[in-house]
Amino acid sequence: MNDLPANSSQRGVGLTVRGLRKTFPGGEVLRGIDFDVAPGEVFVIMGPSGSGKSVLLRHLIGLMKPDAGEIRVGGQPVGPPESASAYRLAMVFQSGALLNSLTVGENLGLYLREHRLKTPAEIVRIVAEKLAVVGLKGQEDKLPSELSGGMRKRVSIARALIIEPQLILYDEPTSELDPQSAALIAEEIVNLQQRIGVTSVIVSHDREFVFGIADRIAVIHEGRILAVGTPAEIRANPNPVLQAFLNVDFKFHPLKSNP
Amino acid sequence: MFQSIGEMTMLFLRTLGSLPLVWRHRQKVFEQFFEIGNASLMMVCILSFFIGGVICLLTGPVLVERGLASSVGGLVGISMCKELAPVMMSILIAGRIGSSMAAEIGSMRVYQEIDALRTMRINPIHYLVLPRLVAIATALPLLVIFSILFGWGGGALVAAFNHQISVSFGSFFANLKDYVNYANVANGLCKSFVFALVIGVVSCHQGLQTIGGPRGIGRSVTKAVVNCIVLIVILDYFLTRMML
Repeated sequence: MNDLPANSSQRGVGLTVRGLRKTFPGGEVLRGIDFDVAPGEVFVIMGPSGSGKSVLLRHLIGLMKPDAGEIRVGGQPVGPPESASAYRLAMVFQSGALLNSLTVGENLGLYLREHRLKTPAEIVRIVAEKLAVVGLKGQEDKLPSELSGGMRKRVSIARALIIEPQLILYDEPTSELDPQSAALIAEEIVNLQQRIGVTSVIVSHDREFVFGIADRIAVIHEGRILAVGTPAEIRANPNPVLQAFLNVDFKFHPLKSNP
Repeated sequence: MFQSIGEMTMLFLRTLGSLPLVWRHRQKVFEQFFEIGNASLMMVCILSFFIGGVICLLTGPVLVERGLASSVGGLVGISMCKELAPVMMSILIAGRIGSSMAAEIGSMRVYQEIDALRTMRINPIHYLVLPRLVAIATALPLLVIFSILFGWGGGALVAAFNHQISVSFGSFFANLKDYVNYANVANGLCKSFVFALVIGVVSCHQGLQTIGGPRGIGRSVTKAVVNCIVLIVILDYFLTRMML
């Protein structure tokens, strides 16, 4: 009936990246990236805009092919996402990437329907269940255009959950969100990790969010990994570029002082 | 240019390879089919009616002047079914449906919806291209049948009521029947089938290649329509030559 992975384990899966390189016409974006992610870990890739974080994430799920290097998920090399894989991966896109012509319910049920994994009645039940998990009960009939940014992100997470993934990749999950919605998303990511032991790889430059949820953090700068470690180790790292990134703050120079 | 031709050929072959999955995607095929019909049927009928009328208006007086009034029906009949209906309707559909295919797939590409499909292990060719190609390849020949009939109707009306022609409905259609046979109609339908494949493949390819936001979508739509029209006109010559 389908060519989906036979591995039905709910446990997270490990990830290994070795010597990853990618060059675009504008220059080299990834310059030899190496890191490991343990099964069930919340691993955050952090860095300034344009440092290659999103490109790295797209390589991890197979949407881009590296010029050199290797990515292994659970020991298996990563190929194009449509190809057969021994593990289930899901990605939460920065924009949500919901299919705008489909309702929320249809977006969520798409994976199950297209791969004929469940009967229509079961799909309706699962969709309602996953929407409830992300706090959007009863929103099945809305179109993505009728949702706020935060709701779209949560629907996108629910869509990833339908796959019952062993590795979820999040691209800037808190960007464009108000602090309350960002906190909800962070809570949801941690809940998932605790409940089903899924491995999470998150790309973000939201410092508060990153230090709040990460088991380990990798800081990427100009296509290279500057440091990898626990939040405490990263904070204590003396690298000046890293410290400048972590401690940057708004500096106001008032035009005139108040009387 | 050669790279695009290669990519379109590959896209066509991959879509052909996925034909066994068409029953599984029948819902989307029907949706696309009815969308094409809804969007175009009325326009096809009106346009064809006037095209038939114009052909009759231009050629009728000349034929009547030379004592060939009995050939008016045949001329309108043959030109509608062998050339005007398939070519004009294909150009119309390229503008109306090809552009919307390129825009829809292009915006899905730009807004990462196609990437999202891929991460769900849903092949965009099976999900997006196959239903559109099958729908347009069945809808366009059907629209061409309507076009032929309405073109004949327009021609007959002008022949009957234009005082320089004055050929009755009866003699117009009797003459048309003498000249036009099933092979002529099949000829036009074959052409329209090939043109439908061209419109489907070119438009979907342009959509899938879209980069660069809303401006990129606009560029893809323009390229899709222009490339379709150019290819239809060029292929029309070779198909006509082959089917002479």
